[in-house]
Amino acid sequence: MTATHTRTAVPTAPADRKTTYREAMREALREALRTDERVFLMGEDVGRYGGCFGVSLGLLEEFGPERIRDAPLSESAFVGAGIGAALAGMRPIVEIMTVNFSLLALDQILNNAATLLHMSGGQLPVPIVIRMTTGAGRQLAAQHSHSLEGWYAHIPGLRVLAPATLTDARYMLAPALADPDPVLIFEHGSLYNASGELPADAGPVGIDHAAVRRAGTDVSLITYGGSLPKALAAADDLAGGGISAEVVDLRTLRPLDDATIGDSVARTHRAVVVDEGWRSGSLAAEISARLTEQHFYDLDAPVERVCSAEVPMPYARRLEEAALPQVHGIVAAAHRTVGDPMPASGTDEAKRLPVHREGGLR
Amino acid sequence: MSTTRTPRAPRPATRPNRQAAHRLALLESMLRVRRFEERCVELYSAARIRGFMHLYIGEEAVAVGVNEALTADDAVVSTYREHGHALARGVPAEAIMAEMFGRVTGCSRGRGGSMHLFDAGRRFYGGNAIVGGGLPLAAGLALADRMTERNRVTCCFFGDGAFAEGEFHETANLAALWGLPLLLVCENNLYAMGTALARHQAQTDLALRAAGYGMVSWAVDGMDVFAVEDAARRAAEGVRAGTGPHFLEMRTYRFRAHSMYDSDRYRDKAEIEHWKERDPVEGLARRLREANELTDKARSALEDRLATEIDGAVAAAERAAEEPVEDLLKYVTSPVEASPP
Repeated sequence: MTATHTRTAVPTAPADRKTTYREAMREALREALRTDERVFLMGEDVGRYGGCFGVSLGLLEEFGPERIRDAPLSESAFVGAGIGAALAGMRPIVEIMTVNFSLLALDQILNNAATLLHMSGGQLPVPIVIRMTTGAGRQLAAQHSHSLEGWYAHIPGLRVLAPATLTDARYMLAPALADPDPVLIFEHGSLYNASGELPADAGPVGIDHAAVRRAGTDVSLITYGGSLPKALAAADDLAGGGISAEVVDLRTLRPLDDATIGDSVARTHRAVVVDEGWRSGSLAAEISARLTEQHFYDLDAPVERVCSAEVPMPYARRLEEAALPQVHGIVAAAHRTVGDPMPASGTDEAKRLPVHREGGLR
Repeated sequence: MSTTRTPRAPRPATRPNRQAAHRLALLESMLRVRRFEERCVELYSAARIRGFMHLYIGEEAVAVGVNEALTADDAVVSTYREHGHALARGVPAEAIMAEMFGRVTGCSRGRGGSMHLFDAGRRFYGGNAIVGGGLPLAAGLALADRMTERNRVTCCFFGDGAFAEGEFHETANLAALWGLPLLLVCENNLYAMGTALARHQAQTDLALRAAGYGMVSWAVDGMDVFAVEDAARRAAEGVRAGTGPHFLEMRTYRFRAHSMYDSDRYRDKAEIEHWKERDPVEGLARRLREANELTDKARSALEDRLATEIDGAVAAAERAAEEPVEDLLKYVTSPVEASPP
């Protein structure tokens, strides 16, 4: 066929596309399974059921039961098997339903995955990715709601990720799989249904750096995962009161990106750390300590922390909400850092983020 | 311990071609473990070796006999009582001794010590000091072989103590369910640290219990290297043939305490002496002497050769450099190229 005329291409900006956190995760898994035959997904209900949070729905049909491998309820055995398979050249993605259940595999994660490289003098890297749900907000009570990622962030030898945005949900898995060492990915349960536009130009992301999600000049709200939407909502609220809040999304909980955190605080001179873990011995405690060590003279106010109440997570909605970091608490803490006592009417209940109750264990 | 219900490993249809040279090689391999560890005791007493150290003396027939059934392609996962497994696997005495001295020439660059010997090149995956902790790992190595259709065996050693851990039961279920090419070798030395089998297991017939997972399971006289070798060959053949995991309960005994710190107050001297009459090393030497396959002169030459080898290992360890402290944080994570923000 001969062209009879030439057409001038009209450049059109590629469109953003609507998706959810769950779908973004699934797309990342699908891409990983398609591009690397060493990759397989293993965990409880990941196959026939489609993943207890629906993340792996449809993958069994596409990739078959060898690569979408339903495991018995044996967290220690299948996590350990993932570690062994990684040692033998595979690239396993192991899904644990919730961080609470991961405690049954903590021996394998800590005593094997995190230590084999060092104990063997560099001979045995463990290229495994372990994904799990974390966090509260869905009235699942104390054994399905805790935020223990800070514990894992304590452990040398592990990399700990907390994707909070659609882009990170979609693009953090690939670099996690490329990492020669064990990577833990914490997915906050309240994020799965989060929907929005995945930017058309979204592409590979790193797993070394924190990100400034909103620029500001008066106070840094430092957070990650499921607390990011709350921190952004708090920043909106604060803007209404004339306070310019910068929001830093940690993204990688280990190793912590001291530079991005420090640069932000050097600009704003105030910090509020928002962390759904318990305050005692929390990741927020670590960040606060680092700011004191490294940025004491940049700080115009004591570092504030907004953490979960020191209580096993209660079921009752009112109590659960009270136990968790909420927008109004973040706003109040930010006000304190600027020496501006919070006006009594400043807490607008209507501005609290709705608590996600859908998308839980089915 | 007595039981009659457990199936015993059947005699192989064709006995391995056990030439005199092979029998002598088995003796040499067992004697190497014995003499190496006896030297370790001296070095430990002289504070040249520190930390926890668990000796294998009395159990040598298991490591040596099982290793006969494995090839260089197979994998071995071991416990904290692994000097014998490592030596039988071919890890040089020099590399092991240097490791115990904490030297950079050690098989784990001095970061593991007695309990964490590794040799990736020989597919020797430790060196696991959490009781039962190596079992899921071994299942994973086997799973990778299954998924990539490599016909290899993963052999996992563990003790009777591990039978009380969930790790054993989770792994046995997983391995049998998925038909993994796994050879489970339980070294039943009758004690979980200081607790006798009958005081830590509701049912002391371990092979019987393993059979409950649908695995081929045999009990084997772990003091007889020929019995061990026969059973291990049969089991490894079964694994290679794709019939799933096999379980061997090696009935054995450790002549020394659980660790160098253990005063061994929980066992009768008489019991120990009774088992020493079944010493696997001297038992084999006696059989070879009676068959005129081992003269006193040959024995003496063998002892000299091993002493020279171990002397050399100790001397090399003494001379070897220590890892510089500047390298302390090496091998916590792999070196990675910077990634985009």
